[in-house]
Amino acid sequence: MPTSWRARLVDLLYPLGAAALAFVLGALVLAALGVSPVEAYAALLRGAFGTRNALAETLVKATPLLLVGLGICVAFRGQVINIGGEGQMIVGALLATALGLAWPDAPGWLLIPLAMAVAMVGGAVWGGIPGVLKAYYNVNEILSTIMMNAIAVQLMNYLLRGPMIDPVQAQRASQIPQTAALNVAYRLPRWVPTRLHLGAALAVLLAFAVYFWLWRTGWGYRIRAVGYNPHASRYAGIPVKRYTVLALVLSGALAGLAGMVQVYGVNYRMITDGSATGFTGGAGFNGIVAALLGQLHPLGTIPAAVLFGALLVGANAMQRAVQVPSALVTALNGLVVVFVVSSEYFRRRAQRRRLLEQTRATPPAPARGPSPR
Amino acid sequence: MESWGNILLGIAASGIRLATPYLYAAMGETLSQRSGVLNLGVEGQMLMGAFAAFYVAYRTGSAGLGLLAAVGVGLLMGLAMAFVSVHLHAEQGISGIGFYLFGLGLSDLLFQKLLGTVDSVQGVPDAHFPLLSDLPVLGELFFRHNWMVYGAYALVPLVWFVLNKTPWGLMIKAAGENPHAADSLGVSIAKVRYATVTLGGVLSALGGASLSIGLLKIFQQNMTSGLGFIAVALVYFGSWRPVGVLLGALLFSLVNALQLWVQVLGLPIPADFAVMAPYVLTIVVLVLVVQRARPPAALTKPFVRE
Repeated sequence: MPTSWRARLVDLLYPLGAAALAFVLGALVLAALGVSPVEAYAALLRGAFGTRNALAETLVKATPLLLVGLGICVAFRGQVINIGGEGQMIVGALLATALGLAWPDAPGWLLIPLAMAVAMVGGAVWGGIPGVLKAYYNVNEILSTIMMNAIAVQLMNYLLRGPMIDPVQAQRASQIPQTAALNVAYRLPRWVPTRLHLGAALAVLLAFAVYFWLWRTGWGYRIRAVGYNPHASRYAGIPVKRYTVLALVLSGALAGLAGMVQVYGVNYRMITDGSATGFTGGAGFNGIVAALLGQLHPLGTIPAAVLFGALLVGANAMQRAVQVPSALVTALNGLVVVFVVSSEYFRRRAQRRRLLEQTRATPPAPARGPSPR
Repeated sequence: MESWGNILLGIAASGIRLATPYLYAAMGETLSQRSGVLNLGVEGQMLMGAFAAFYVAYRTGSAGLGLLAAVGVGLLMGLAMAFVSVHLHAEQGISGIGFYLFGLGLSDLLFQKLLGTVDSVQGVPDAHFPLLSDLPVLGELFFRHNWMVYGAYALVPLVWFVLNKTPWGLMIKAAGENPHAADSLGVSIAKVRYATVTLGGVLSALGGASLSIGLLKIFQQNMTSGLGFIAVALVYFGSWRPVGVLLGALLFSLVNALQLWVQVLGLPIPADFAVMAPYVLTIVVLVLVVQRARPPAALTKPFVRE
C-alpha cells in the first residue's frame, strides 16, 4: 500500500521531535552549569550560520558527515551495523595521501580522481574485512568495526610520526604528526574566499546516486531485501552473504572517500593530534548520527549532515562566547542517537494504528508480495 | 638494568591489576547479555563512573563517597539503557553507541567545566595483609593491590553462583534463551532485564571508578579509550560464562601490561603497534571463539508478547 505524502510528513515529526528533545535536555545541562541556554544556543547558531564564511564552514564540516552517512544508509538498510566509519576514513585518507606524495608531478585532473579511487578501495577493504568476518565467520560486525577503528588509529599514528612524517616536522622538536603538503595542483577547487570545496557538491551528487542505486537498481533492491528479511531473501535466491559483504564494502568506500576529501579539500596534507579522533574530528561517528536523523534515507541525510556540521562549527563559537566546552556537542549527538532510535517505537505504533484504520475503511486490496520499505 | 625476574614479576603483577576494569564491566555485561540485552553503552557508563568517582573523591577526599557516586551514576545510565531497550524496543547496537557518545561528551564537558586541570586524588587505598603482603614475589603478585582489585575478582564466583545456583540465574538465562516460554511460566521478562541491565550499568561505572580512583588516581578525557568495548567483546570471548570471561580479561590485561613494559624498556617495537595488539587480538579471538560458542538465543531481540 503506497504511503501518502501526509503520512510521510507525519513520520518526519518523530525524528525531529527526538532531536528537539535532545536539545531541551542539553539546555537543562547548560542551566545546571550556570550558563544561559538561550545565550549558548544563540552563539551556536550565529557561529554556524551568521556569516557567509560561517555557513561555508558549516558545509565543509557537513561534507564528511554526509559521505559517511551515505555509507551508513547503505549498510543499515542491509541490516549491517557499521560503526567503523572512523577507521575507514583514516585508511582511505592514508592511501590517498600516500599516492599524492609518491607521485608529486602528475596533472591534477588525473591524480585527483585516482586518489578518490584509491581512498575508496582503502575504505572498502577496511569495511570489507568485518563484512567477510560477519558473513562467513559469524563475527558481530559492531565489535569488529570498533576494533578496526582502533587499529586504524594506531596505524595512522605510527605512519604520521614515522615513515610518512613531514620532513620539516621530523627536524623539529615538536614533531607534529603530519605529512608533507600535497602538490598545489592536487587541491580540490574552492569557492574563494571561503574554504568550501568541490567535495561538498560531490557529496550531494553522491546522495542522489545512492538514492537511485538503493531504490532503482536490482543491487540496491536486493541489499534492502536482505536487510528487510534475510530468510525470505535466501529463499528468493539472493546470495545473502555476498550482499552483507557488499553493504560493508560500499559503506567503507564512501567513508574512505570522506577521508580523502578531508585531505585534498581542507588541509592539503594529512594531520592528526595523537588522539583517536584527531584526524577525523569524529566524523565517522557523527555520520552515523546524521544518517539516523535522516531516517537512513540518502536525501534525508543531506539536511541532517548540515545540521550536525552546524553544531560542530557553532560549538567552537559557543565555547568562545559562553565558555561551554564543545564536548557538549558530543553529548548532544549521543542523546540524538538514543532518542531517534527510541522514537522508532512510537512511529511504528502510529503506523500500525493508521493501517488498521485504512483496512477498516477500504475493502482488502489484492495480496502482493512483501516489499522492503 | 633490571633482572628479567623482576621484569616478569612486574608484568604479571600489573596484568593482575589491569584486569580490574575489564572484570567489573564484563561481569555486568555477562549478566545483561545472558538476559538478552546487548549493552553497548558500557564505555560511556565507565567514563561517567570514572568521572563521578574522581570528582566526588577529589572534593570530599573520601574514596568511599566517590564509589557511591559512581554507583549512582551507573544506576541512572543503566536504567536509561534498560528503559530504551526493554520498553521502547530500540535497536540495541545503535542506542548503545548513543549512550557511549553521551558519556564520552558529558564526562569531558563536566571535567572541563568543574575541574579543568588534571590533578590526582588519594583514591582507593592499597590493601595490606599482615605477613602476606610482605612475602617475597607472592606479596607483590597478590597481596598489595588496591581494594577494588579484590572486589573485581570476587565478582567472578559471585556472578557464576548467581547464574548457575540460584532461581534468579535461571530466570536470567530463561529471559535470554526463550523469553516466551519464561513469560508463559510467569517470569516478568521486563523486570529481569531491567535488573540485569541496571546492575550492568552500576558495575560498568564501578569499572570506570576502578580506573580513575583505583589504578591511576587521575581523570582524563576519554581515559577508557576503548576498554569498555573490549569488555563487551570479552563476554563473547568467554562464551557468556564468568570463568571464560575471567580468562579473557587476564589474557588482555597481560597483553596490556606487556605493551606498557615494551614502552618502559624501550624495546625496538613501535609503541603504536604494541597499543594495537589487544585490538587485533580481539578480532582474532572473536573469529576463533564464535565458531564454537552460541550466543543467548534472544540476544538483542526485544521481547514482545504474542
